[in-house]
Amino acid sequence: MGEMEELRKEADNLKDQITEARKVVQDTTLQEAVAGTTLVGRVQLKTRKTLRGHLAKIYAMHWGTDTNCSKLCVSASQDGKLIVWDTLTTNKVNAIPLKSSWVMTCAYAPSGNMVACGGLDNMCSIYNLKGKDGNVKVMRELAAHTGYLSCCRFLNDSEIITSSGDCTCILWDIETGTEKTIFAGHLGDCMSLAVSPDFKMFISGACDFTAKLWDIREATCRQTFSGHESDINAIGFFPNGNAVITGSDDATCKLYDLRADQELITYQDSGIMCGVTSLAASLSGRLLLAGYDDFNVNIWDMLKAERVGVLAGHDNRVSCIGVSSDGMACCTGSWDSFLKIWN
Amino acid sequence: IRHYVMAQTNSYRQSSNGVADESPNMLVYRKMEDVIAHMQDETNGIPVRTVKSFLSKIPSVFSGKIHFFIVTVKRLEALHLGTLMAAHGYFFPISDHVLTLKDDGTFYRFQTPYFWPSNCWEPENTDYAVYLCKRTMQNKARLELADYEAESLARLQRAFARKWEFIFMQAEAQAKVDKKRDKIERKILDSQERAFWDVHRPVPGCVNTTEADIKKSSRMKQPHKTRKSVYGLQNDIQSHSPAHTPAPEVKEPTEEEIRDQIQHWQAQLDRHRLKMSKVAESLLSYTGQYVEYDPFFTSPEPSNPWISDDITVWELETSKEPGQQRVKRWGFGINEVLKDPVGREQFLKFLESEFSSENLRFWLAVQEVKKRPIREVPTRVQEIWQEFLAPGAPSAINVDSKSYDKTTQNVKDPGRYAFEDAQEHIYKLMKSDSYSRFLRSTFYQELLQAKKKVNNWLRRPDV
Repeated sequence: MGEMEELRKEADNLKDQITEARKVVQDTTLQEAVAGTTLVGRVQLKTRKTLRGHLAKIYAMHWGTDTNCSKLCVSASQDGKLIVWDTLTTNKVNAIPLKSSWVMTCAYAPSGNMVACGGLDNMCSIYNLKGKDGNVKVMRELAAHTGYLSCCRFLNDSEIITSSGDCTCILWDIETGTEKTIFAGHLGDCMSLAVSPDFKMFISGACDFTAKLWDIREATCRQTFSGHESDINAIGFFPNGNAVITGSDDATCKLYDLRADQELITYQDSGIMCGVTSLAASLSGRLLLAGYDDFNVNIWDMLKAERVGVLAGHDNRVSCIGVSSDGMACCTGSWDSFLKIWN
Repeated sequence: IRHYVMAQTNSYRQSSNGVADESPNMLVYRKMEDVIAHMQDETNGIPVRTVKSFLSKIPSVFSGKIHFFIVTVKRLEALHLGTLMAAHGYFFPISDHVLTLKDDGTFYRFQTPYFWPSNCWEPENTDYAVYLCKRTMQNKARLELADYEAESLARLQRAFARKWEFIFMQAEAQAKVDKKRDKIERKILDSQERAFWDVHRPVPGCVNTTEADIKKSSRMKQPHKTRKSVYGLQNDIQSHSPAHTPAPEVKEPTEEEIRDQIQHWQAQLDRHRLKMSKVAESLLSYTGQYVEYDPFFTSPEPSNPWISDDITVWELETSKEPGQQRVKRWGFGINEVLKDPVGREQFLKFLESEFSSENLRFWLAVQEVKKRPIREVPTRVQEIWQEFLAPGAPSAINVDSKSYDKTTQNVKDPGRYAFEDAQEHIYKLMKSDSYSRFLRSTFYQELLQAKKKVNNWLRRPDV
């Protein structure tokens, strides 16, 4: 038993040393550094489209990459359907019935050829949108997780990364349907993941209140960030790929820098009590849009950490949010069964 | 005017590995209860009084006017927050089943702490049946069932047909107990009980704030703490939500796990850390540079399709003619020119004109093979090796000897990342050499100043 005590002490000691090492580079704070920058003016976005069609809570949405001037996105709802929408015309391009209605996540492949989803069935199901006969069919069912599938993101048509309530993330080879790499290290359910702009890394947020940066090829955890006081539900990269944004049940969002290896700033307000469910950055990274359990989306000036706008259009929790890849529109999905396009 | 400033408490209980003992909802309830405590403060809180109305008195109410509520927050926010707290059942309008806060003179009452959501209530349908049944026994106009309640009662009578006698007896017993209470007390308790059910069985169309995200509920930490019965009944009927699997006991890490952790922390400790001032500078410069490309700040030309329904701006994107703004963006960094298909094309054309395109072609080929299905990878890897790296290769590239040796090994057992080291090396070369030349070239400068159209370049004689 004595050895375990020694080891635990060593681990704690290292953590303390890391805290000290982080202090060494704190020659300023982000707040001080941006003191001379003007706050962004009040941001007022309007609902341009409402996507109606789901019959129950929407749990997830993901934008496709632009092709052919259409703006496609996929959404997943507890009504047991994945719907691919043409968000400009509001037409449903595909309505895919799912085997399990307890779906928690969905993703659009960058190529536009596939979508994926998963949930309480512990599996990630891949659907081919461009099948020969025009029907959308299940292409693969990726099963290995021992907990619910909380999030999934395609690297390309051959690889996908999933996060799960079993505390791990997995990189899969879609063609063979097998696990290539298991990323273990979190001490609580993994709730969300995001891939870096160069596709070499990904970050995960979990119910152990930490965010982890993983090297996909080396299969290692590079960095761990803590500071949140409750589950991290949402995570994303700052557009330059050098910083990470997290959203938590503690009602705050945080910005962590990868090169400084620490938290830069917290986005919080005493008037906000409810947890953050989802987040997205605007194209320049100047704005942070975050969805909350109190039915609103709050818009933050990412550098000054002040609220500069609110999107109040949903009648129930905002469960998911995304900014299109050209930055022109923001899409929100809610438990009220609607998706809204704003700009 | 009474002032209230929200207090931020940081007393979230965590066990040693950072995992909370409580559900995330408890965080929200505690914050709301802080506000309630301030609202109910004897000296600085809201005045709660008995109001005389036509023929009777209304005990223990406060006015809906919210100027007392939260002064540090704007009016719309105070309404939003107040409605949120009402929807969670901390106070309620005395004459409406719909739980909102309105900024008018209507009256509200505080909920008794017994019924607070922080007590982990999950009342069963049998209890709701007892409650509705009891209401029908009390001959008071104010307790008459609303339409949706009458429908619920009918439904429950069908569902519990077998044990209805038992439910009826419970309702009778409860009604008896209620009758014995003081009249004023009864008024207050009746309304609080009704408000409790308004939270757990809301008016159709209203949000049920007790609904939990299935990701959270499926790891419910302390199921034994849930209070399921208001009137002391047990229910064996299944609920509609997915089965709650009890959360696994938090495991103590094994020796191997701690050793892994130590290795991880050591590696993280040894990282080089960039100064905060440099990081802040980089964030400021990035956002400053891209703000003109951010449609939330700069209107796209000619118009935003979401507003005008005119998709010209997207048609321009897919055309081969890049606008000035787009060409300017290629100059922000090599990644910008590499991720834009037209950028890649123009960069390649420039390099071909200088007979130095092999680096870029190699880089593009390696990017492409990483996305291929695994069965096509080995062949492609061989092709790339032959074209760029093998002795006598037609498009020979220069990599450092270390990368070359490693790649030679990788190619023997080819996977998607066979050329990773070589690609890293070539990328750095391109960044410092080819890319800089491209930006300084007449080719690029003319594109930037929109002095020529891209297609004209094809007609120029080889330099």
